[in-house]
Amino acid sequence: MTIETAAQAAYIVAALLFILALAGLSRHETAKSGNTFGIAGMAVALVATVALAIDNKISGIGLALLVVATLIGAAIGLYRAAKVEMTGMPELIALLHSFVGLAAVLVGWNGYLHVEAHPGGAEAALLDGQRMLGIHSAEVFIGVFIGAVTFTGSIVAYLKLSAKIKSSPLMLPGKNLLNLGALAVFAVLTAWFVIDPHLWLLIAVTVVALALGWHLVASIGGGDMPVVVSMLNSYSGWAAAAAGFLLENDLLIVTGALVGSSGAYLSYVMCKAMNRSFISVIAGGFGIEAGPAEDKEYGDHREINAEGVADLLANADSVVITPGYGMAVAQAQYGVAELTRVLRDRGVNVRFGIHPVAGRLPGHMNVLLAEARVPYDIVLEMDEVNDDLSGTSVVLVIGANDTVNPAATEDPGSPIAGMPVLKVWEADHVVVFKRSMASGYAGVQNPLFFKENTAMLFGDAKDRVEDILRAFADVRTPA
Amino acid sequence: MIIGVLRDPDPGERRVAATPATVEQLAKLGYQVVVEAGAGAESSFSDEAYAQAGATIGDPLAADVVFSINPPPAEQLGKLAEGTTLIGMLNPRLDPELVEDLARRPITALSMDAVPRISRAQSLDVLSSMANIAGYRAVVEAAHAFGRFFTGQVTAAGKVPPAKVLVAGAGVAGLAAIGAAGSLGAIVRATDPRPEVADQVRSLGGEYLSVEAADVEVSATGYAKEMSDDYNDRAARLYADQARDVDIIITTALIPGRPAPRLITADMVASMRAGSVIVDMAAANGGNVEGTVAGEVVVTANGVTIIGYTDLPGRLPAQASQLYGTNLVNLMKLLTPGKDGQLVLDFDDVVQRGITVVRDGELTWPPPQVAVSAAPVAEKPVTAPPKPETKKRNPLVAIGAGAAALFLLTALAPEALRGHLTVFALAIVIGYYVIGHVHHALHTPLMSVTNAISGIIVVGALLQLGHSDNLVTGLSFVAILLASINVFGGFAVTRRMLAMFSRS
Repeated sequence: MTIETAAQAAYIVAALLFILALAGLSRHETAKSGNTFGIAGMAVALVATVALAIDNKISGIGLALLVVATLIGAAIGLYRAAKVEMTGMPELIALLHSFVGLAAVLVGWNGYLHVEAHPGGAEAALLDGQRMLGIHSAEVFIGVFIGAVTFTGSIVAYLKLSAKIKSSPLMLPGKNLLNLGALAVFAVLTAWFVIDPHLWLLIAVTVVALALGWHLVASIGGGDMPVVVSMLNSYSGWAAAAAGFLLENDLLIVTGALVGSSGAYLSYVMCKAMNRSFISVIAGGFGIEAGPAEDKEYGDHREINAEGVADLLANADSVVITPGYGMAVAQAQYGVAELTRVLRDRGVNVRFGIHPVAGRLPGHMNVLLAEARVPYDIVLEMDEVNDDLSGTSVVLVIGANDTVNPAATEDPGSPIAGMPVLKVWEADHVVVFKRSMASGYAGVQNPLFFKENTAMLFGDAKDRVEDILRAFADVRTPA
Repeated sequence: MIIGVLRDPDPGERRVAATPATVEQLAKLGYQVVVEAGAGAESSFSDEAYAQAGATIGDPLAADVVFSINPPPAEQLGKLAEGTTLIGMLNPRLDPELVEDLARRPITALSMDAVPRISRAQSLDVLSSMANIAGYRAVVEAAHAFGRFFTGQVTAAGKVPPAKVLVAGAGVAGLAAIGAAGSLGAIVRATDPRPEVADQVRSLGGEYLSVEAADVEVSATGYAKEMSDDYNDRAARLYADQARDVDIIITTALIPGRPAPRLITADMVASMRAGSVIVDMAAANGGNVEGTVAGEVVVTANGVTIIGYTDLPGRLPAQASQLYGTNLVNLMKLLTPGKDGQLVLDFDDVVQRGITVVRDGELTWPPPQVAVSAAPVAEKPVTAPPKPETKKRNPLVAIGAGAAALFLLTALAPEALRGHLTVFALAIVIGYYVIGHVHHALHTPLMSVTNAISGIIVVGALLQLGHSDNLVTGLSFVAILLASINVFGGFAVTRRMLAMFSRS
């Protein structure tokens, strides 16, 4: 057994551990052990790779640099992980994707500098002997291309999610042509590079890919962000897989393909939840014609105050809470969790109904509620809770809008027609927490607000929830 | 118009057709109410209470609308003025002589026990409201006659096993009996030829015993049908087995307008333990149990008590009067569209048509059958709403195209690449299946862990580091740094998130 074969064996073990990690994360009971498997797999892979590097006679400086880079990276990563607010998870994850993208670009560039930059070198000659040189060049290009798209795409997603730039979709004329054009240019450049590798071709493809990544995500609206983030997750996987082909490293290929296909599947699930075509979202808002809300008369909405809501809740026997991004923005999850506890102590059956695309990240609401210590077994998926809504006394809609819009099922002309929504209007009473009567991300007016059994509670969701809690306390201990 | 409320002349009938509460509701519909003196005495409603609610005490037979419980005797019918509307439980299906008699009089007769079983008419369905009371009372009667506890107990004086109750027929009465017996602590089993009631039985804490047979059907009227011979044989075996095991049997099998089916034979009764109790709720229609005497309690030679009371709802007179009175109020709401105290009979409405036995002296019985079903399955619309056209590509085409592309790619690839492509293709499939059943709440942790894992690209950078070229080393250094942020940050944040998820 040489170091080489031992490393190969370790890679297989690591790949299996990664598969176990992903499988473990599909259930609550096994999620923690899944994460542990992932860490173990990564440790095995890193130890094996470092051993391999030492065996390959890495220079002393090289080894020192390796340790320093890892330590700095680890410190930054652990610091960010410990500090991040759960409401800021989408931004963090988008930023982390950009790192993988950039790393993939750098690995690709290194591949060029290592091989193609020295056409007479030993590496090039070896590859040429295996008829692999052309393939290697193509792999460099594919790796750099995917990596660069992931990089700028994730940066734009990060900026949009952290509200550093406007989240409305960018509408360049002929945007689909631009995207297709970029792909065509990429194909042409790749062919050229395979035949005749030049540094400027590599620079050109990097620039094109960076521009494409930026444009793709910039033209997707904020409401589609859950899909975008999981799509970028998938891209970062494919970038790793491309690097694996480049370096002939099966571990990278397996891991990259795992992440890539699982991310793609997750995006597909999200798209189905929004009744959007997968292609249209990844192609950057392809075919979205969300016109401005038409001036239709909906009638009057009815307002309610916190005491009124407390009264409703006090007489309810079942309550469903449907949170949306507004709850995250207002940081209202702790108040909501406290309200849940108070109601459950009174014997009220409280459940949460989570729309698959609520928030800005798949599963975002679940993480926020878990942070506030809401037991996960009362946090239900849309499909689990939708049939029960008609028998529910009170539904609290907190910071959600499009995901509870009856127009999606009732108005075939609506831009969100056909999107599955939480049928909150079937409950006896609906209370909508909202800052104003403005429309949601999709720019569609919500007829829910004007239904007879709907009452609006205006103001900051966090303050209003605390008002309700105070009203409850007053009821329990009359002064 | 004036509504008259009769006092039932039969001393065994303790119910009354209106309570002070319903009198007030009738007044809101625009009617004046006249109550016969002492009408509510047996139901604990005094004449003063009626007077306080706005009724006058007087002669109800002179009123325009007369409320009764049972059909009034002939001498009372004779006193009804022309054009009077009589409303009561007239039982027209089993009493053709009464129907003929009514048809000879210039009156309108509405029978509350003929309400069709459709959802809209549930609020006036007297059979349901009375059956509910009867089912409860049957359990109380059984408990009264049964010399033991219903609930199981472990006491200092020894262990008491819970009573076992078999309820035959899970209609309204049967379900009420299941609920009442269950809440007393008994082990409750129930049979019914309609398999769709199994869930209802279980929802009340009972165990559903099914008779395996192929020809079980839902009848168009929402009641169980008479069953075939084969089914009856199997059912008989089931009852014979149960009779030896249970302490209490409550039978509720009634098909409107037919003699009650014989479920429990004398042999089965003889096989029961001494002290067991049978309540035959179908006694009035001949009984489900061999040996039942209508209106009587019989004790068999082997010590089994068979209760054949036919007035079970009347044994809860105040409750029964209240529900019956409310049913009548709901009917009057239907018949008084203007809320102006004017009764209007609309024959286009299947409910109103269904309960009318005689209209202005003209026989209208039997009404055309209303095809409805109590089974939820049959209520669903047969045609689903047309789905919006969606572009659905055949998955086989996509799989075929993918397979062909992979075939070409691998076949044309040089030796060194082929192994990698194999690994790549298999890993994609694994990734898809591994994620296929992920719990929706774990999407974010899943993303952050896959993110950490995709930091595996650090391996690539590690292998490129420290090989002569300073530029390569520099780029590798940056790549390692970035990828390590991912690896460590991703796993750490996942750990943090997963620690938050807790079960209640």
